[in-house]
Amino acid sequence: MSAFLADAWMALRRKPLSLAGLGLLSFFALVAASAPVLAPPPPQARDAYLIPQDGYSPDPLRPSARHWFGTTEQQYDLYYGIVWGSRTAFDIGVKVVFVSLAVGVLVGGLAGFYGGWVDELLMRLTDVVMALPSIILAVVIVTVRGPGLENVVLALAAVSWPSYARLVRGDVLTVKEREFVLAARALGAGDMRILFGHVIPNSIYPVLVVASLNTGAVVLSAAALSFLGLGAPVGYADWGQLISMSRNWILGASGSPLAYWHTVVIPGTAIFLFVLGWNLLGDAFRDILDPRQK
Amino acid sequence: MTRFILKRLAMLPLVLAGVTMLLFGLFQTLSPEMRASLYIKDPRQLAALESVISSYGLRDPFHKQYVRWLGRVARGDLGYSETAKMPVTQAVRAFFPATVELSVLSFVPIMLLGIWLGTLSAVHKDRFIDQLSRFISITGYSLPSFALGLTLLMVFYGMFQLFPPGRISLSSDLVVNGGGFASYTGLILLDSLLNGEPRVFVDALAHLVLPAATLTYVTMALLVRVTRSSMLEELGKDYVRTARAKGLPESAVVNGHARRNAWIPVITIASILFVQLLGGVLITETVFAYPGIGRWVAQAALQLDVPAVMGVALLTSTLFVLGNLAADILYSVVDPRIRYR
Repeated sequence: MSAFLADAWMALRRKPLSLAGLGLLSFFALVAASAPVLAPPPPQARDAYLIPQDGYSPDPLRPSARHWFGTTEQQYDLYYGIVWGSRTAFDIGVKVVFVSLAVGVLVGGLAGFYGGWVDELLMRLTDVVMALPSIILAVVIVTVRGPGLENVVLALAAVSWPSYARLVRGDVLTVKEREFVLAARALGAGDMRILFGHVIPNSIYPVLVVASLNTGAVVLSAAALSFLGLGAPVGYADWGQLISMSRNWILGASGSPLAYWHTVVIPGTAIFLFVLGWNLLGDAFRDILDPRQK
Repeated sequence: MTRFILKRLAMLPLVLAGVTMLLFGLFQTLSPEMRASLYIKDPRQLAALESVISSYGLRDPFHKQYVRWLGRVARGDLGYSETAKMPVTQAVRAFFPATVELSVLSFVPIMLLGIWLGTLSAVHKDRFIDQLSRFISITGYSLPSFALGLTLLMVFYGMFQLFPPGRISLSSDLVVNGGGFASYTGLILLDSLLNGEPRVFVDALAHLVLPAATLTYVTMALLVRVTRSSMLEELGKDYVRTARAKGLPESAVVNGHARRNAWIPVITIASILFVQLLGGVLITETVFAYPGIGRWVAQAALQLDVPAVMGVALLTSTLFVLGNLAADILYSVVDPRIRYR
């Protein structure tokens, strides 16, 4: 573990771009943590994630002193939406990574540890889920369960666990042959104790890193589902949903074709920088995890 | 070789059975009442909900319903899509050619540009061109395709009236649907040429530029990265040094020796790219109001149009499974060692 962290730090130092990624993510974490200060919700708000509306006029307003990033249609304040949307992004990312990791580690761990028919059954199930294009499967799940952020999280977790299961299974296969596992068995430890106390803790780091670096991709897919109208409801602080509100305004006003540029570009930039942060960070770790590049 | 292919083909029905069971199972999680409502066209029929449930056997055990459904699918009966206002099989026939056109027009530049950029950046590792191609690929897989697409529309269509959304303009539509225009393939690019209508061809092409560019940019990144790293690996090998030592020109070393062996991971990636393209099509078609299966299924998902979503899921997963099979076979043709494992 400590060797792994040392490797990670070395890789980061050699790659200034990856440090920049870390910087971007720290910035977003800071924004998310201080959202109530940066964009205080109106006193009577029942849910801070609902973007306050300044009137109900249909046309978006350009950025101004009153609305730093301008407003969308129906006068949702973009600045507020972007600030609180950073919380939504972390929230979705963390939940999807956590759930898919838990399922992937459990399935891959059991399959690798027990082998035989358990392995066969679980891995064939994994193959079937992987045989479906992930966005289509996600759309199917959201169709069946109805739109909403929880269902988006569920759908994205359902499509991401199989690759983690494969990764964990491979590592468990080698770890379970090591001496300390034999020692634990000689001391009389049961299967569950050996699997969860010895084998999984020793094979989890690679998948932990791969999964957490996937956060960027997860947030991008969640934003896409929200854009399609399958995710967050209108007015909820979610970047993908903010962009979907701009669709009617891309043609601008007469004589001023870029009049409503901010409705696309500002939330688009937020998503881009957030995902870029994860991907830049991921670049450094990919080199550590890829034995061929050593 | 034949044995390898036969073995892989034998796996096909098993995988497809698993996929259909999973999809059908997901829709079975809807209550019988909700599934019955798919057969009800008139609110007055609601009183007879129970009889609908029993006449369609919606409370039967899973395996019975699954087999019955599979039989219907085999006969080509996928139900009626409320979103498209036509049977699903007919809607697939109507929307699929548009998607094929868009996918092909994106897949070709993805492959060409991706492999070219990946090779270039491996050959000039750490030089300017390498940095540029890394920048292009990392921004590509971080950009939300819908924001990129909308911005392109705003600039090129909004400002310059170039590259409109949709599939064809009104004037071309009058030609295509005005009689006298024979639909041979459903692919407008091809049909317009066969009918001798170059203006329709140019018009359809203009509509494809922005969606294809968006898809290419966001999908190409992975291929650039994989080509680069597998080229780097090959370029470091002994046979490359030998080739250089015996005085071969660099272009022959790169194109004739290294790139051939670097193909193997690239083929694997191509099937992943295909999936990404399918996902990308869903969003890109919606952004550009392009009437393909992606936009259709995105609309259907919002309206609980289960037959449509199910039909598209079946179609794309079958295509995906077949694509993987093709990649496997191609893989074993390129690298004979794989057959003997």
